[in-house]
Amino acid sequence: MSASTPDRTGGPPVALVVLAWVWVAAPFLYGLIALLTKIPALFSG
Amino acid sequence: MSGTPGFLSRERIVAPPGWSRWLVPPAALSIHLAIGQVYAWSAFKGSLEKGLDISGVLSALPFTLGIVMLGISAAVFGTKVDTNGPRWAMAVASACFATGFLVSALGIWLGQYWLVVVGYGGIGGIGLGIGYISPVSTLIKWFPDRPGLATGIAIMGFGGGALIANPWTASMLSAFGATGNDPNPNGIALAFLIHGVVYAVFMTMGWLLIRVPAADWKPAGWDPAKQKARAMVSTASVSAANAIKTPQFWLLWIVLCFNVTAGIGILEKANPIYQDFFRDASPAQTLAAAATAFVSILSLANMLGRFVWSTVSDLIGRKNIYRLYLGVGALLYLALTFIGEGNKAVFLICTMLILSFYGAGFSTIPAYLRDLFGTYQVGAIHGRLLTAWSTAGVLGPIIVNAIADARSDVAGPSKYTPAFLVMIVLLVLGFVANELVRPVADKWHEPERAARSEEEART
Repeated sequence: MSASTPDRTGGPPVALVVLAWVWVAAPFLYGLIALLTKIPALFSG
Repeated sequence: MSGTPGFLSRERIVAPPGWSRWLVPPAALSIHLAIGQVYAWSAFKGSLEKGLDISGVLSALPFTLGIVMLGISAAVFGTKVDTNGPRWAMAVASACFATGFLVSALGIWLGQYWLVVVGYGGIGGIGLGIGYISPVSTLIKWFPDRPGLATGIAIMGFGGGALIANPWTASMLSAFGATGNDPNPNGIALAFLIHGVVYAVFMTMGWLLIRVPAADWKPAGWDPAKQKARAMVSTASVSAANAIKTPQFWLLWIVLCFNVTAGIGILEKANPIYQDFFRDASPAQTLAAAATAFVSILSLANMLGRFVWSTVSDLIGRKNIYRLYLGVGALLYLALTFIGEGNKAVFLICTMLILSFYGAGFSTIPAYLRDLFGTYQVGAIHGRLLTAWSTAGVLGPIIVNAIADARSDVAGPSKYTPAFLVMIVLLVLGFVANELVRPVADKWHEPERAARSEEEART
C-alpha cells in the first residue's frame, strides 16, 4: 500500500457509509427532538 | 499475533486500500451512543424503588458500581484493548453491556435485586470501560490530521447516549405499566430485556464495521512534517507502563480530575441551583418545569461542547484549549457568584459554557495524550487516565452536597457561593497543572524501531 493512498478510491460503497451514519443519526435525532421540546419551558416563566 | 479468535483479531480488520475513514466515526458512535445510556439510569430509579420496594441509595447502586467499574476496567484492560484491537474490544464491550441488562431482567423477574447490581453495575460496568476506550486509538490513527474532531465525535456520542435513553426508557416503562405508584415488576424486567437485546443489535454495527488503517497509511495530502512543527506534538512513542512514570501523565490526571469535578459542581445540583437562583421569578409549578428544562439544556451544552471545543483544539492546540476550559471556567464560576438572582441570560450563558467545558475536557484528553505520548499505546494510557474521572465522580458530589447540606438554612444564590469558590480553586489548580505540561523527555521514548515493528506486527 502506498504511503499516500487516498482515503476514498473505490473502498466500501457510498450506500454503506450513508447507512452507517443513518444508523447512529436516527436514534440521536429522536433524543435531540425529545430534549428540544422541553426547552421552551425555560423561557415561559 | 494476538491469539484472539480469527474473526475478532486485529489482523482481520486491516483496511484495504481505498477504505473510507468516514465509516470509523459511526462505528465508534454505535458503541458510545449505547454505553452513554448509563447517564440515563435515573429513568429506571423511580420504578425500581416502588416496584421492588427498595431505598433510593440501593436503587443508585448499579449506577455507582457501573461508573467505578468503568474506571477500573478501562485502566486494567487498556493494554489488552490496544493489543487485541478494536473489533475484539467492541465485541467484548457489547457482550458485557447487553448481558448486564439481561442479567438485571432475570434478577427483577426472580425478585433478586443483587442480580441487578452485579448485572448492570458489575458486568455492564466492564462493558462501559472497555467500550469507552475501544475506538479511541483507532480514531486517532485514522485521523492523525484531526484527532480532536475524531475523538470529539465519538465522545459526544457518550453524552448523546443519555439523550436517547431518557425518553426511550421512560416511554417503555410507561407502556409496560411499570410507572406510577404501583409499577408492575414484570414490566420493569421486560424493559431491561428489550434494552439488552436492542443495544446488542445496535452495537453490532460498530464491531462489524470497524477497521484499522494499514501501518503505512496516511490521509491524502496530509504532511506529518507540519505536525512536527508544533512544540507540544511528539512523533515518538511512549509505552503505557512508562507513561505513568512521567510528570506529564499525572499533570493531565490533575487537569482532568479537577475539570470534571468543577463540571459536576453544576451538574449534580442543576435543578435545585436553578430553583434557588430564580425562586421569586415565577410560580412554583412553572419554576419546576423550567428547572427540568434547565437540566436538559445543560446536557445539550455538555454534549455539543464535546464536539465543538475538541475540534477547535485541532486548530489552536491542546494546551491552549485547556487554558480556556480551566481559566475561563474559573472566571465563569466567579461571575455566577456575583450575578445574584434574576439575571437569567448571564446565568444560562455561564452555566452552559461551564458544562460545555466539562464535556470537552473528556473529548480533548485523548488527543492531548496522543500529542504527548504518540499513538503507540494511547488507548491503554487513556484507560489509566480515566481513574481521574472515577475519582472526580466521587469527589465532586461529596464537595457539592456537603457544602449544600451545611448551608441548608441559607436561601437564594448565596447558598452555593462556598461550593462555587471551591470549584474556582480547583480550576485554578488545574490551570497551573496544565501550564506545567512540557514535552515528554527523550528517556521515556521507545526505541523507534522496536515500537514501529511491534505496531506493524499488529497490523
